[in-house]
Amino acid sequence: MTSCPSPLLLQLFYDPSLLALLLEQIVNGLLVGSFYIVLSLGLSLIFSLGGVVNLSHGAFYAIGAYLAYEAEKRVGFFGAMVISPVLVALIGIVIERLFLKRLYGKDPALGLLFTFGLALVAEQSLRMIWGTTGLPFSIPDALRGQWIVGDFIYSYYRLTILGVSVLAVLGCWLLLNRTPFGLVVRAGVRDPEMVRALGISLNPALAAIFALGVGLAGLAGVMSAPLAGVQPAMGSEILTAAFVVVVIGGLGSFWGVVLAGLLVGVVRGITVFGCPPGAEASMYLLMVLVLLFRPRGLLGERFEKFE
Amino acid sequence: MTTIDRRGALKRGAALAGAAALPLGVPALVQAQDDSIRIGHITPRTGFLGQAGEQGFRAATLAVEEANAAGGVLGRRIELVAEDSVNPATAVNKAQKLIERDKVICLIGEVSSASALAIAEQAARAKLPFFNTGSNSDALRGQNCNRYLFHIEGSNTMYTKTIGTWQKQKNLIKGARWYFLTADYAFGHDLFRVSSRFLAENGGIVLANDMVPTNTADYSSYILKLRSLKPDYVYLNLAGVDQTTFLKQYREYNLPFPLTGGVMDTISFWAAGLENLSGTWQSLWYHGIANKDAQAFSRRFLAKYKLPPDNQAWGDYVGVRIALQTIAETRRTDAASIVQHLEKGATFDLLKDRKGMFRPWDHQLLQEMYVVQVKDKARSKDKWDIFDVIEAVPGPKDSFEVIQPTQAENPCRMT
Repeated sequence: MTSCPSPLLLQLFYDPSLLALLLEQIVNGLLVGSFYIVLSLGLSLIFSLGGVVNLSHGAFYAIGAYLAYEAEKRVGFFGAMVISPVLVALIGIVIERLFLKRLYGKDPALGLLFTFGLALVAEQSLRMIWGTTGLPFSIPDALRGQWIVGDFIYSYYRLTILGVSVLAVLGCWLLLNRTPFGLVVRAGVRDPEMVRALGISLNPALAAIFALGVGLAGLAGVMSAPLAGVQPAMGSEILTAAFVVVVIGGLGSFWGVVLAGLLVGVVRGITVFGCPPGAEASMYLLMVLVLLFRPRGLLGERFEKFE
Repeated sequence: MTTIDRRGALKRGAALAGAAALPLGVPALVQAQDDSIRIGHITPRTGFLGQAGEQGFRAATLAVEEANAAGGVLGRRIELVAEDSVNPATAVNKAQKLIERDKVICLIGEVSSASALAIAEQAARAKLPFFNTGSNSDALRGQNCNRYLFHIEGSNTMYTKTIGTWQKQKNLIKGARWYFLTADYAFGHDLFRVSSRFLAENGGIVLANDMVPTNTADYSSYILKLRSLKPDYVYLNLAGVDQTTFLKQYREYNLPFPLTGGVMDTISFWAAGLENLSGTWQSLWYHGIANKDAQAFSRRFLAKYKLPPDNQAWGDYVGVRIALQTIAETRRTDAASIVQHLEKGATFDLLKDRKGMFRPWDHQLLQEMYVVQVKDKARSKDKWDIFDVIEAVPGPKDSFEVIQPTQAENPCRMT
């Protein structure tokens, strides 16, 4: 039995009331998209500034979820939402200072190999510390419940995710565009040589951006823990999606990631409505289409160092 | 920065990776004593089925330890040689290694139906018994059956008919509208085929079936869709991590449609947590069943591993015990004697009220299964106490064949 195109899609042609259902899927896609943004933004930042393709991004996402599991028992969910990403960022700084800083400006394959190895080590470590079986993690009682508007239904928890995501994105934007630190970062993205020539060390910025980037991954891990479970392989499973969002948005583009995250969420929602078996494939198809017509991604800029 | 730095960093990374990988390799490196009887254990212990596989490995280890503590079998020590079969290709290599290099007398394990098929082919070629303890696909018992392949795990049909028989008794099927959510690979397709067939035969209506890719992290779109369809029941044909994720997100939306499904793995349900569970399900074995052997086994397992055995642990534990009992009873370790003994209807204690035996023509272990209902949180003793056992299916007086595929439904022809 094939479910593509779905009976719903065919019905849409003679039953306009189903448009409401389609609209509901689109709005829900925006909610899902906000999660993709937080997940991918850090990946994009780290690549833009340090030129490192961070294959361990998923691992930091998983670590965020596991630390939240521990923190939640002690300080509750909201405390965990703050503490866990901060801890992940600190781990990020240690790794950046010990290992990654040696790889900037070298053959990109080295950073790739290092972070790939790191991801394997991290996943195996999670297994050794917390066991191979998934850990239960539920939506906190305060955020249980649904908001029902007419025919639409939204869970409070997902609306909270949306709120936190918006705050995280705005915070990052302000940091990058309204602070002296952000100025150095943006300059470093465009022309690191010139920044160095001006006598400004990029090292603190590189460390801070790596910490911020993996901290965002950790935050995404905390947010998804009550929805998608906490288990050792969660990081490697989500990594590809994060890359797809960054590539669609365009390397080095802040708003590109935001746009791409929302698009991926919406396209996925529509696919579930119209052709469920293609749900996971839809984001890849979107990526192919974008790359065909805009090889640099939707909002990717032409930077000398990426050419 | 010098090249030495770069190489140094890589070396450090590699050393870390090596250290992390080590514990998995150790069991295979242990050398056997000369006259010991070697049993090959092969199951996925990493990857998306790794959680279940690890439970199976623990249980098989426990079974062998207990056998050795009791003096071994035929006066010989038992040795478990364990391998991690991540995917079908690896499974083939590891099976060959166990057969040719380690000279095991039989293979036990597996969770993935695809890997089990690959291992079964290797075992059949080498004429070595393979006890499948975790793969549900009907095809393994059907067109892919062979003389050396035995199934301790229940088939998709058994799982479907267990819950279905109960639903039929309660008159929940006739005229009811069912929404299906099905894993989009061989296992799910097989399960959808047998479960929708059972419902249709008994007057149920398949409202819609959505095929879901494995490792889906977000089910909100599917949940919104089924909400608009207003089914009487939601029937889940998902496995592993996907089962956990759906259960949690379904609870998030608090929809009124009762949940049930074509398969239930305790480990996925534990991972979801009791507050996220609902509905009536089936179980091959559950540590809460009122049977004193089952309780004793659960206590021993809990003492050793700090969590109770799940249905997968039960499968591998019973698998090792069946193999050892067969050797003890035939006083031989060759494949022909083992197969003959099993086909002749030898009975085995399964940590359930009724003893079980293999059906001679398709080698399925005939046994009881259970209908279980998610427990009221107030009565739950600990985080693993998630079900009330409603009843055994088939009932105490019914034939084991009630939940089996009939000979007409199962194309198995052994040569």
